[in-house]
Amino acid sequence: MHDRGGWPTQAPIDRREHDLADWELLMDALENTLEARGVMNTDEMRRGIESMPLAEYESVSYYERWLFTTETILEEKGVLLPGELDERVSS
Amino acid sequence: MTFAAGDDVVVSSREHTGHNRTPGYLKGRRGTVVRAHDSFRNPETHAYGGDGLPKERLYLVSFALTGGDRVLADIFEHWLERAA
Repeated sequence: MHDRGGWPTQAPIDRREHDLADWELLMDALENTLEARGVMNTDEMRRGIESMPLAEYESVSYYERWLFTTETILEEKGVLLPGELDERVSS
Repeated sequence: MTFAAGDDVVVSSREHTGHNRTPGYLKGRRGTVVRAHDSFRNPETHAYGGDGLPKERLYLVSFALTGGDRVLADIFEHWLERAA
């Protein structure tokens, strides 16, 4: 999934403003902190989002994509074990 | 090859698998350099655990659209060729 913004479309752009949920603010803070600490970088973060399957990419929100890429990159780097987040959330 | 404001350039249309910051809709298009930015780590290696070095020069490039509008995009030097 690359270059999504360049695809031709007749659909209007949704320019409405909306409030961010608490978890979205936390997601932003977490990802930026990981970058500030040198754990991951913006290019890895973008590459992780581009690795999403198209259907999944289209069906989730902006910060859900941030969650996807942060988990993906942290698993790649061995910071998180595969499935570790899911286990902790469900336990 | 370095470029300066006013230089006519063509964006390379070469195949590239993997992350890159060059918009697909501009590949193969002719444009004009507006400004030379600083140099930055190369996202194509920096996105895969590399250090992104050597840094690559980044340019602001203008692409004319029919009707008088233009698209402005930041394009790395290694994606630009001098226009014939």
